[in-house]
Amino acid sequence: MAQTDSAPPDLLAVQGSVSQRQLQDGLFAIVGLLTILVATIILLALVLQLAIQGFPRLTWQFFTSFPSSEWQQAGILSAWIGSALVMLVTAAIAVPLGVAAGIYLEEYARKNWLSALIEINVTNLAGVPSIVYGLLALGFFNDLLKLGESILTAGLTLALLILPIVIVTTREALRAIPNSLREAAYALGASRWQMIWDHILPYASGSILTGVIIGLSRAIGETAPLITIGALTFIAFLPPAPIQPSFPYISLEWLQAPFTVLPIQMFNWVSRPEPEFQINAAAAGTVLIGMTLAMNGFAIYLRYRFRRGVKW
Amino acid sequence: MVEKVSTSLSSLSMLQPKAEVRNLNFYYGATQALKQINLVVPEKRVTALIGPSGCGKTTLLRCFNRMHDLYPGNRYEGEILLDRINILERRVDPIAVRMRVSMVFQRPNPFPKSIYENVAYGLRVQGLLKRDFIDHQVEQSLRSAALWDEVKDRLKDSALNLSGGQQQRLCIARALATEPELILFDEPTSALDPIATSSIEDLMSQLKQQVTILIVTHSMQQAARLSDYTAFMYLGEMLEFNQTTTLFNQPLHQQTEDYVRGRFG
Amino acid sequence: MTNSSVQSSKLTRLTTHKASRDLRELAIHIVLFLAGFSCVATTIAIMYILILESTYFFQHISIVEFLTSSDWSPLFDPPGYGILPLVAGTVTTTLVALFVAVPLGTIAAIYLSEFASAKLREIVKPILELLAGIPTVVYGYFALLFVTPLLQWLYSFPAPLLSTWLPNLFPLELAGFNMLGPGIVMGLMITPLISSISEDAMRAVPVSLREGSFAMGATRLQTAIKVVFPAAFSGISAAYILGISRAVGETMIVAVAAGLQPNLTFNPLDSAATITAYIVQVSLGDLPHGTIEYQTIFAAGLTLVLFTLLCNIIGYFLSRRFREIY
Repeated sequence: MAQTDSAPPDLLAVQGSVSQRQLQDGLFAIVGLLTILVATIILLALVLQLAIQGFPRLTWQFFTSFPSSEWQQAGILSAWIGSALVMLVTAAIAVPLGVAAGIYLEEYARKNWLSALIEINVTNLAGVPSIVYGLLALGFFNDLLKLGESILTAGLTLALLILPIVIVTTREALRAIPNSLREAAYALGASRWQMIWDHILPYASGSILTGVIIGLSRAIGETAPLITIGALTFIAFLPPAPIQPSFPYISLEWLQAPFTVLPIQMFNWVSRPEPEFQINAAAAGTVLIGMTLAMNGFAIYLRYRFRRGVKW
Repeated sequence: MVEKVSTSLSSLSMLQPKAEVRNLNFYYGATQALKQINLVVPEKRVTALIGPSGCGKTTLLRCFNRMHDLYPGNRYEGEILLDRINILERRVDPIAVRMRVSMVFQRPNPFPKSIYENVAYGLRVQGLLKRDFIDHQVEQSLRSAALWDEVKDRLKDSALNLSGGQQQRLCIARALATEPELILFDEPTSALDPIATSSIEDLMSQLKQQVTILIVTHSMQQAARLSDYTAFMYLGEMLEFNQTTTLFNQPLHQQTEDYVRGRFG
Repeated sequence: MTNSSVQSSKLTRLTTHKASRDLRELAIHIVLFLAGFSCVATTIAIMYILILESTYFFQHISIVEFLTSSDWSPLFDPPGYGILPLVAGTVTTTLVALFVAVPLGTIAAIYLSEFASAKLREIVKPILELLAGIPTVVYGYFALLFVTPLLQWLYSFPAPLLSTWLPNLFPLELAGFNMLGPGIVMGLMITPLISSISEDAMRAVPVSLREGSFAMGATRLQTAIKVVFPAAFSGISAAYILGISRAVGETMIVAVAAGLQPNLTFNPLDSAATITAYIVQVSLGDLPHGTIEYQTIFAAGLTLVLFTLLCNIIGYFLSRRFREIY
């Protein structure tokens, strides 16, 4: 105290402003934390409210019934089977294509205009609105290639949509593998492809899987591009089963079948004027959120584990 | 003085050379990294490459298994004869060269696979797939690398669970499995503690019974302890090449003398 | 001796294998290249389809009418083909979203980058990521059924006063379909995007700059605002631009909650259709392919793509700039 008394007035003023500025610092820390908390809590509250509204409808019957004009009888059987089949096609196309493209860009491409062109396109496609992919599907797959409003068209569309995600995560995963392992393989006489196939790809597979799951979780919630190709909302039948009881046992007819998916079913119910159907929509939304959260959570967990587990 | 040099060099030329470098120039793009290198690597001996960092010793080592081919813009001029075949020639397959010339790197770099698979990989890429043969080679190589007793009960374990010194011995076993004619060591102990270092050095002096060794080292003591012949490189040039004792005790050049006396480097 | 004969036999076999190996490697190289090129092909296909169908459209409708007419009613008689109402809807919802997301995202980014502990960051970032992964149709549901009723309730307090003051701007009650609710929800949705890109940009600012500021006696907040924020500004603005691009292209939230009626207004309390919502509305109906009504959605789509392309290019160069500095 005595010291402050004897200090020149200038310093006193500075000290006053220091404590004021420290207060500002503390205030901002609180504001920042509150901002994050409020934003997160609002969204979590919305999710929770949706789950509470939809919960009573989440019965066995809901998962095993077709859509219906009676809200209590309506269910999501055709929707979730449609979603599952579309995801199957999406994964079957996006994973090999995206991983191959990622390998090309990371391990093969020399720095020239061609690889620069591909890279610019990947970045740009990641920013194209999803509904534009729907227009592509409508004009190209549907009108030009005559694939129809089918599971195959939907799977192809969503595969192109998530392709940039798969490519970017594949590249990041490959880049994380130290060069010393590439040289070790080469030094033993491996060719470039042997090096990639025997070593780099297996070591990167965990991180690639993370990207694939994030991509698929995005695809499973996509609505707009599938509305554009005319995915029907009232589908009271299932596509032909892929496995048949008689020869040749495996059938690909389901690829050409009309379909609906969960987000479209939900959109349909939201758009209905009757408030009862909103409960169905909430239930479908809960299932959808549950699926995407589970997929994303699994991916985040995997990434965490691989970051921890890497020792090289 | 001059007479003495010529005798020691003539004694060199009497040796059975495993590999011979003739007028080698090497370029990273426009920069010349190696200038007019001439060197003899005698069979079943240890030859050391020493010199201050940046002198091109690792660059030279990596010419012997054509590692530079992996990166664009690199260019060789001159010859490296391996059993009288110029391996730098365009029609020579670099992969075939690497199957005959193994390499052990600065830092242990085992594959994140099992111990067994690490050693077996070189055989697999050569298309040697017989189970018995691979088992036999894996055991032999691990024995030669003085690792067999430590790992024989856990060949299926991940190689990453081994200690640093064990990992480097595993990398040596991996390099031995294909019965190469020449093994290149690129500062193999620089990332290891003194105990692991001495075990690797013991291993190398035993290995020269079976195989020709070319080693890059930054440690003069290591070169003096291990090698039969030593080459001193400076600024991309080969200043001096001689029997190790001669090079260390009666160096020809002032730079060599300064370096081996520890005055710079 | 036997050893060396084994070696040489190995070698001869190697040379015979070389040709087939090289062929295989080349084939793989080509296949991988084609996979990489599929991205270029996708872009080409998108542009081809959009331009092809739009060309048919512009053969019938003049580009001047398309860009300047204030009436968008292709499905009525007489039809109107002016894109302005859809652009107005898109701009308004985007502005509302930015009004929410820019302050929230920036404050969150400054907090996470300059104030929060590493531990808190590790908890918050995955949660934000999870929330950003929720399907947009669900966000649309939130906007229509939770946020709009809440806004209606809040609005009912100042409404009598406001509507007597400026009756043209403020209706007596907030409609069930409006642009405010979906705009706010959209803002919440893009907040994680903006905060995570901005945070990356701020964390890329070298510690030495911060230390220089601290050494001069600045507080953390002063350092954050006067030193870190300006240094990272091009990266942060890239985040804003990508946020705009996302908001403009967002479809389901506005399709569900903003109404599907084109309406030339910038008042967020009104209902209106965006470009994306219009495409959805047409797709839901049963339009015969090849008609001019059907082609309108491609013309609308082309507008959308050109706009987001512009955003992406600006964002790309901005984020490159901030990477180059450090």
